Amino acid sequence: MANLQSDFVGIKSPNPFWLASAPPTDKEYNVRRAFEAGWGGVVWKTLGLDPHVVNVNGPRYGAIYGADRRLLGLNNIELITDRPLQTNLDEIKLVKRDYPDRAMVVSLMVPCEEDPWKMILPLVEETGADGVELNFGCPHGMSERGMGAAVGQVPEYIEMVTRWAKANTRMPVIVKLTPNITDIRKPAAAAMAGGADAVSLINTINSITSVNLDLFAPEPTIDGKGAHGGYCGPAVKPIALNMVAEIARDFELAAIPISGIGGVTTWRDAAEFMALGAGNVQVCTAAMTYGFKIVQEMISGLSEYMDDKDMTSTSQLVRKAVPNVTDWKYLNLNYVSKAKINQDLCISCGRCYAACEDTSHQAISMSSNRIFDVIDGECVACNLCVNVCPVEDCITMEAISPGIVDPRTGKVVERDYANWTTHPNNPVATAAE
Amino acid sequence: MTEFHLSPGVTAGRLGAEAYAENFSDLHPALDSHEALVAADRCYFCHDAPCITACPTDIDIPLFIRQIATGTPDSAAKTILSQNILGGMCARVCPTETLCEEACVREVSEGKPVLIGQLQRFATDHLQAQEAHPFQRSASTGKTVAVVGAGPAGLSCAHRLAMLGHDVTVFDARSKLGGLNEFGIAAYKTPAGFAQAEVDWLLQIGGIEIEQEKILGIDINLAALNAKFNAVFLAMGLNGVNDLNINGDDKSGVISAVDFIADLRQIDDLSAMPIGRNVVVIGGGMTAVDAAIQSKLLGALNVTLAYRRGRKQMNASKFEQDLAASKGVHIMTNLVPVAINGNGSVREIQFEYVDADMNGTGQMVQLPADQVFSAIGQTLDCSDLPALEQGKISVTGAGKTSIDGVWAGGDCATGGDDLTVTAVAEGRDAAMDIHAHLIR
Repeated sequence: MANLQSDFVGIKSPNPFWLASAPPTDKEYNVRRAFEAGWGGVVWKTLGLDPHVVNVNGPRYGAIYGADRRLLGLNNIELITDRPLQTNLDEIKLVKRDYPDRAMVVSLMVPCEEDPWKMILPLVEETGADGVELNFGCPHGMSERGMGAAVGQVPEYIEMVTRWAKANTRMPVIVKLTPNITDIRKPAAAAMAGGADAVSLINTINSITSVNLDLFAPEPTIDGKGAHGGYCGPAVKPIALNMVAEIARDFELAAIPISGIGGVTTWRDAAEFMALGAGNVQVCTAAMTYGFKIVQEMISGLSEYMDDKDMTSTSQLVRKAVPNVTDWKYLNLNYVSKAKINQDLCISCGRCYAACEDTSHQAISMSSNRIFDVIDGECVACNLCVNVCPVEDCITMEAISPGIVDPRTGKVVERDYANWTTHPNNPVATAAE
Repeated sequence: MTEFHLSPGVTAGRLGAEAYAENFSDLHPALDSHEALVAADRCYFCHDAPCITACPTDIDIPLFIRQIATGTPDSAAKTILSQNILGGMCARVCPTETLCEEACVREVSEGKPVLIGQLQRFATDHLQAQEAHPFQRSASTGKTVAVVGAGPAGLSCAHRLAMLGHDVTVFDARSKLGGLNEFGIAAYKTPAGFAQAEVDWLLQIGGIEIEQEKILGIDINLAALNAKFNAVFLAMGLNGVNDLNINGDDKSGVISAVDFIADLRQIDDLSAMPIGRNVVVIGGGMTAVDAAIQSKLLGALNVTLAYRRGRKQMNASKFEQDLAASKGVHIMTNLVPVAINGNGSVREIQFEYVDADMNGTGQMVQLPADQVFSAIGQTLDCSDLPALEQGKISVTGAGKTSIDGVWAGGDCATGGDDLTVTAVAEGRDAAMDIHAHLIR
């Protein structure tokens, strides 16, 4: 079985699955049970200065559902820990003492001045914790007070606070980034400039999950009003994957380790984050939805996958897909494929037909006995039929071999790679020499 | 209880009160709202969906399921009821396993169709529970139509015509409206007085007068109706039954399954319904299966369904056959009754085995029987009707008969299967044809 042992910026854990800073890591009771369940590490829910913050006493979460009330997206308006600082520190120390092989990272959020950082970092260090994560991401509540995302949205502040943190502790410093910005590379570069050992991303996304159409108020509704919250869960994974990849494939940023966060629900999600550059992953919503036990599937799944791929260490998986993330302009325009419907698998629902006929290229035919076929002369290989087909692998995209005529264009499929930068329709094309 | 269960002969009260209640409760309990959402989520919203094609009333099934899935069951009900005003009853009694659910692409791919029938019931129950009628009558056209028979075809036709503004008079032979919905459908498919409640709800459209206990050919006649009304729709169903025509078929205990089912539906106290310890039902259609299952549910110890051909040729669907078997009905095939023996009352029935071509084999079998229910087909027993074809009123197009101004539909007319849903479709389509005729 593959070895899942993980070393992230010097922080060792038996597997790359950490629980993210959030309600699951709020206190000793939870974290002990998480470690018993098999989690490799935790990022303890964010500590702040006393007097501790308070939370609303109405609903704190809102949700988006798929079929059968399967939770796809979760929105929260929880703040950082609402318990005294010393209580948390005492508990962290006890748990770390009993689980020395697990990663214990402590999330922190204090005001944007050096003194509070100078005060809190030694206290954390004293617990025996393995590292700290600077919460520059929390998009609600704390940001109104100049913390969380209010810092994370200003690269100069990120750099400044990171520098203070590095100057006041020997522990590795991970900077957690907010996705509520336009270019994730800017805050990542700032963290790097401040001396961060790593970045973690994404934090939650500004969101209103739904509107109560009887109360005319956003959900979750507290006494008739609602505030935007932070969105997470499977729905945000594509956004998180892209942001991780943007950093991982940036020449300047490529060296900074990434802890991947955002909708990791299964081992497969974790593997995808790692392939795009994450050294490990952090999980929250999946645990909040299904409980701590899911880590067992993550461990067995990633091991099985790595065995299949003859990988013996997670480092062999990390960044494996990064070289294949490129810009649109470098995609091969000479690559031609066509949709192909496997008639043995087709259940004749006709969704591909409706999608193609109504919204795409009228490239699927329907016979009176409900046989659906691709019209190669019209198919642009957009993939919509594949996406809407309810049967896995029923419709596939088949590449046309070079030398064969594409019936749509009437042109022979070229063997050579050619992209937009050299295309004759591109006004700024550089002629292929 | 066991004592009465074993009592010889024909006797009432074989079971305890709880057993009757359980045996005659809903065959498929209603979906609750969460179950309905789960079931609705399974619909693929197929293009030009096969389930619509398979529905005799062309209900837009993917649309109504999507309306349920998005939390608007009353809109779903309107989608259903605009095509099939008896959508509530059809949701309960349609052999969906041979109609919409058989065509469902998930049946084809997984053997587990979307629960279309139960979803339809969820929607129609939701709307009908509010006791408001969803359709409005158009301004009166001053045209009058006589509808003979208040079964599914007659009610469907009457509702559509009334909605279009015509004044409708419905004549019905019996003391209660609903036809086979009230008298012919197995009790466990439509418990709690649903059939009458649905009729009352349907009549809320207004513009429908009811004349009860008026039998065509006795109390009223077609020529007079045709003279008095602008149009006539005949939907009397089939009032006669085929006789066994064998030795001893006049013995006490030999009765028509149609009468047995009607008596069962009308009795208030099931423990007062007599049933034999040994019951033999002859036939292979839905009536035979319903009679056999309900005999068993009433506490008969041994119930045999005897059919002259093989299981495959039975008109009852595989689902119905399996349901019968699961209730303990013994299905015997390739048997033709030859004689009923007994001293005044039936004691046993003798069958001969026949081959696939219905030729006798000379091999006999006797079954003990306290009751014999015959379900070997119904007939149209009435005079002065439009031209007939194979014993039914001959119709063309949307129910046109050989007589000008007279339409027919449902079981008394040719065309279509003898299903509630088919009758509803025929009634509706005839109404549209009559309407076109009246307003031109």
